[in-house]
Amino acid sequence: MNLMMLLEMAAGGFGDRVAVGSLNSGLTVKQIFDNAGLAAQRFRNANVENVAMIDMASPSLPICLFGASWAGLPFVPLNYRLTNQELNSLLERISPSIALMQPDTQERISNASKVHPVMRDDLIASNHTEIEISTDWNMDGEDTAILLFTSGTTGEPKAAVLRQRHLVSYILGSVDFMSAGEEEAALISVPPYHIAGIAATLSNLYAGRRVVQLPEFDAKKWIELVRSESVTSAMVVPTMLSRIVDQLVSEGPDSQGLPTLRALSYGGGKMPQPTIETALEILPDTNFVNAYGLTETSSTVSLLGPEEHRDAFSSSDNSVRKRISSVGRPLPTIEVSIRDEEGNELPSDEPGEIWVRGEQVSGEYKGLQLTLTEDGWFPTHDGGWLDSGGYLFVTGRIDDVIVKGGQNISPGEIEEVLLQHPVVTDAAAIGVPDQQWGEKIVATVVLHQEHEAAEEELKSYVKEHLRSNRTPDEIVFLDELPYNETGKLLRRVLKEKLVDLGDGSTI
Amino acid sequence: MALLKAGGRWASSVCDTEVIVVKGPEDEVSLTCGGVDMVEAGSDPLSGELDDSGDGTQLGKRYVDEEDTIEVLCTKPGAGALGSGGNALQLKDAKPLPASD
Repeated sequence: MNLMMLLEMAAGGFGDRVAVGSLNSGLTVKQIFDNAGLAAQRFRNANVENVAMIDMASPSLPICLFGASWAGLPFVPLNYRLTNQELNSLLERISPSIALMQPDTQERISNASKVHPVMRDDLIASNHTEIEISTDWNMDGEDTAILLFTSGTTGEPKAAVLRQRHLVSYILGSVDFMSAGEEEAALISVPPYHIAGIAATLSNLYAGRRVVQLPEFDAKKWIELVRSESVTSAMVVPTMLSRIVDQLVSEGPDSQGLPTLRALSYGGGKMPQPTIETALEILPDTNFVNAYGLTETSSTVSLLGPEEHRDAFSSSDNSVRKRISSVGRPLPTIEVSIRDEEGNELPSDEPGEIWVRGEQVSGEYKGLQLTLTEDGWFPTHDGGWLDSGGYLFVTGRIDDVIVKGGQNISPGEIEEVLLQHPVVTDAAAIGVPDQQWGEKIVATVVLHQEHEAAEEELKSYVKEHLRSNRTPDEIVFLDELPYNETGKLLRRVLKEKLVDLGDGSTI
Repeated sequence: MALLKAGGRWASSVCDTEVIVVKGPEDEVSLTCGGVDMVEAGSDPLSGELDDSGDGTQLGKRYVDEEDTIEVLCTKPGAGALGSGGNALQLKDAKPLPASD
């Protein structure tokens, strides 16, 4: 199996469709195919071990991705926003490499002899019709297709290995070939070094859906692109959606809305319930999809579909209503199991660690021991539970759990309550070392502009909604919470900031 | 007779059809296209006459047997129809998932 098989099918089935860019100036599927073949020749001739990308999304992304698979080399998209030191240390780990970049990136690279540069525009040939390309990619599914460095919110970044068989299984299991209409277009605003950016590039191509790229997210530009390119679907992370919602609300009653947008999927972090409720209200004709997945699982493993959103939203049954904050049910090709600390399966409604199994699940890091169990289960390190209807609820990283007086407290449930308070725009609950309790709960809170809330008021608000041991011991007001650029809350940074609030004990 | 392993690629002996196995039974079964046994992709085709009485194969479509033990995906279309043990494989109804990425 090889991703090239998917591109070859697409080129055979709808080669003249525009794959990426505007309808009048974009590249067709056939052009992506031909350019990937040329790129593969170039990658092979460079005698390297990896194909890196130190650049934001452009039409060269699919060419580079497929060209690497064609050449039998791992594609390694790197975060171009890293510091020079961080970037060079990752380049060292994948050396020798050929790297897609822009001219001014070259001066950032310290060991230039090990990093062959290839410029973004050089991958798009102006005239390549006469060149013979042999379709000689390797169909062994064990080849590494993608190496993705984890965001490194904890320690040294690890390189997740996604093999050809993982990604091909994911696409074949979740996308129907040529299922998109010719008028459909997807807007991608997640970067190439995020698994969702890779998955979106692959799945939209296989579905026959044109892709419009927004390399650097900005809510206003995003809305403009949806309107000018008649975008029909998009995927966003929570911070993007809340900015889009704010922007649309600020357009006032004369807003033209987003009439072409049929589907909006969100994932990659916890979505504040008020944001999704406002979004559902101001975009009544848009279908919402909540997707849950990890880099190590080749993207989505569970999703809450449009009908389930509506059912949950309109139900009078409390347990059904709650499902609006679930990530829906596992894909048909994926099994989910909730386990305790010893790895024993737990019954429904009991929280534990989320384990997943399926052909798309890799659970592998370069140079480290495989994290899959012998029978193929991957412990995600995410906490959660399944309800009686098989709906999956995710509470957050297990490492983030606050242990106060021997009780495990998930920060997520405290945050969810705080976010429902009308003056709160963002909240994060953190465990801070405490001699008496082991840890105490500090809630960091961002308030709406020109609003004030007394510490006591917020504490009693949480107390009204949750068991009393969930009440924050302290509330700290901040102007904003620290996020990385793909919307992941940096709890470690917060924890370091708050360490003075502890009593000096360590855990 | 052939052992249909998931991910295995098979080519028609008598037309352009190629498929990839999505799901196969544990035991060996027959897999035919245009009435003639298919061969592993890359190996020499068997001799035989194309029976083009069926609808042929369509790119990107999935085909299943009646017992739902065999599922293949057509990666290259052709004039011959797929079959197993003398029975035609049927076009699988797609139940599309909502796009999530």
